[in-house]
Amino acid sequence: MKLLNISGSPHVHSDESTKKIMWRVNLALIPMLLVAIAYFGLNALLISIVSVVWCLLFQWLIEKFIMKTPSTISDGSAIVTGLLLAFNVPATKEMILLVGLGALVAIGIGKMSFGGLGKNPFNPALVGRVFLLISFPVQMTTWPTAGKLFPMTLDTVSGPTPLMLLKEGGTEALPQAWELFLGHIGGSLGEVSALAILIGAIYLLCRKIITWHIPVAFIGTAFVFSAILWLVNPELYVDPVTSILTGGIMLGACFMATDMVTSPMSKVGQLIFGAGCGLLTIIIRTWGAYPEGVSFAILIMNAVTPLLNRWCKPARFAC
Amino acid sequence: MKTFKMGGVHPEENKISNDAVIEQMPLPSQVVVLMNQHLGAPATPVVAKGDKVKVGQLIGEAQAFMCANVHSPVSGTVTKIDTCKDIAGIAKPAIYINVEGDEWVDTIDRTPEIKRECNLEPKEIVAKLKEMGIVGLGGATFPAHIKYSVPEGKKAEYLIINAVECEPYLTSDYRVMMEHAEEICIGVSILRKALGVPNAYIGIENNKPVPISVMTEMSKNFQGIVVEPLKVKYPQGAEKQLINAITGRKVPSGKLPIDVGCVVSNVGTAFSVYEAIQKNKPLIENILTVTGKKIPSQHNYQVRIGITYNDIIKHAIGALPETTGKVISGGPMMGKAIVNLDAPTTKGASSVLVMDEAEARRNPETNCIRCGKCANACPMGLEPYLFSALVKNGRIEEAQKHNILDCIECGCCFFSCPANKPLTDEIRLGKNRVRAMMAAKR
Repeated sequence: MKLLNISGSPHVHSDESTKKIMWRVNLALIPMLLVAIAYFGLNALLISIVSVVWCLLFQWLIEKFIMKTPSTISDGSAIVTGLLLAFNVPATKEMILLVGLGALVAIGIGKMSFGGLGKNPFNPALVGRVFLLISFPVQMTTWPTAGKLFPMTLDTVSGPTPLMLLKEGGTEALPQAWELFLGHIGGSLGEVSALAILIGAIYLLCRKIITWHIPVAFIGTAFVFSAILWLVNPELYVDPVTSILTGGIMLGACFMATDMVTSPMSKVGQLIFGAGCGLLTIIIRTWGAYPEGVSFAILIMNAVTPLLNRWCKPARFAC
Repeated sequence: MKTFKMGGVHPEENKISNDAVIEQMPLPSQVVVLMNQHLGAPATPVVAKGDKVKVGQLIGEAQAFMCANVHSPVSGTVTKIDTCKDIAGIAKPAIYINVEGDEWVDTIDRTPEIKRECNLEPKEIVAKLKEMGIVGLGGATFPAHIKYSVPEGKKAEYLIINAVECEPYLTSDYRVMMEHAEEICIGVSILRKALGVPNAYIGIENNKPVPISVMTEMSKNFQGIVVEPLKVKYPQGAEKQLINAITGRKVPSGKLPIDVGCVVSNVGTAFSVYEAIQKNKPLIENILTVTGKKIPSQHNYQVRIGITYNDIIKHAIGALPETTGKVISGGPMMGKAIVNLDAPTTKGASSVLVMDEAEARRNPETNCIRCGKCANACPMGLEPYLFSALVKNGRIEEAQKHNILDCIECGCCFFSCPANKPLTDEIRLGKNRVRAMMAAKR
């Protein structure tokens, strides 16, 4: 006799899955990948591919030989980590090799050592990125200038990024805001074009994978804080529009800080989290040793996330 | 449009049996009448083996406070007073009756004529509700005479009639409104009189435009009945959410609707109140939907209580399709998977939902990715992911502190979880553990 299933209610499911979410994030990253290939050519393509392949390979190896659990590489999360790691490094030929080391740290230490997807306290791609930044400060801060479109050469001419210009104390040589918006500037692969980032972010918002809270709080706080500094001394500090369009703020606010696993769950927690990221970013940029502080800011706030989850409870229906 | 304010989800509606008019289910050869078809203590059998009974005769008497009378749904001979396994496979006291003919108690008015006048006093109405064994048909089967006896020091201000039917698939309320709008309005007027409130609000989800217009038209002939279309969002028909949608009030944690001046009854209950008060007909029949995507035909039946689920399936669709994965009593969000198809139906039964294998399958569970979708979906503003972790680790006191008992088990958390974590199951387990802990402390 055929047996029927029994289980507790509910008996239907929204059909949402982790896999779908991760593949949608990958889809949202494609505009940035295309822009990176357009501006940085072959290097950008190679770095992205190498990074993704290493991430997948490391996750597969760790699951097979160390954790001895079924492989989860098809859930797409290692690809997200790989792409985001690639988007956070300069498009130089040295990075094609170094990004593999970043991938090992990102997947091995950042993610799998905690038990895999969902258990990691820090954003894996940022763990990998910061490891590279501290270990290879020269290579990680040598940015190629954006020259003609689709360069097919591995060798690049290095030049300063807008934030490096700022660190050296000049605001005159900065590109215009629209150049920053389209991204024809020096910088890491994925951070140059605010437009491409926004396209991806709007897709994620429509798909309800991210909510507006973290990006708006992050960018808004960075904007307001920069505006205050700029009003105090416009000679020394950059105007707020340039400030939020340069460096990794856009990429960080829309794709790194919004990582579900490492950000708070309640809306209030997310607003505090975003604001903290924005504040720390500008503090590091203005008074820290590094020209850019997005990665550190997000990692520091990642560490605060469990506390925010504890403090910021959703409003209860019945009190 | 009015709605509850917090959380909620949008499951696929699947109201495929909307247009199936109510048919009469033929009598089986035997019925089994459970003695606790309601919330509270079982009724006490007042017939003995070998007794002849008529349709509508009292066979189980409410002797405890929280209890309801049970009447014979058929005429025939009592063959045994024993236990019978219910749909969950748990043995309950029951009366077995062999069906012989269809002879009704004389006092029951079986004419189709609609009786509009009701001259009973509120107290008499409540007494008659008790006599007729009326219970809430929205799911909880709360005895109606207790609900409509407002305790000393409390005052009812709103009567809310729940015709939301937010559960996917179910259409029994839909059909009752389409076919018995006037009787419902009379029943609502009687309940309004019993409570002494100025207005009754009938909440209907906006995906039922025809019943909304039918009820709105009909309510114009009655004083103090307001039809309130509500936004399509699950669980709009959950008691606390419905009160919130219609009155803006919130039932505090651990309190009852009457504490905020509200009494909520299902639209099906209003119909059975009409039959009980105006026609002297006890609660011996209810409307039951037989539905499912893969079954050959869709039905709504008027069914005598005590007929087995197997009998219903046999009459409605012959046999379950080969690919059947699960049979559910109730809707897919809160209904119970039937363990024992030989179990009899009860007063609260609302449907037989046949799900096919693919639909009934649960996807494998993966790691929580802390997306917070469960907390966003929770209409009570709770944190299901937290309960899941606390219950698994045996931290029951903490679960209690985070108000696990506020959970209404609507299933929104599990429904929306991308990691397919059985959150509602874990919370149910946690609630039981909390209750056990509280009982042990007492």
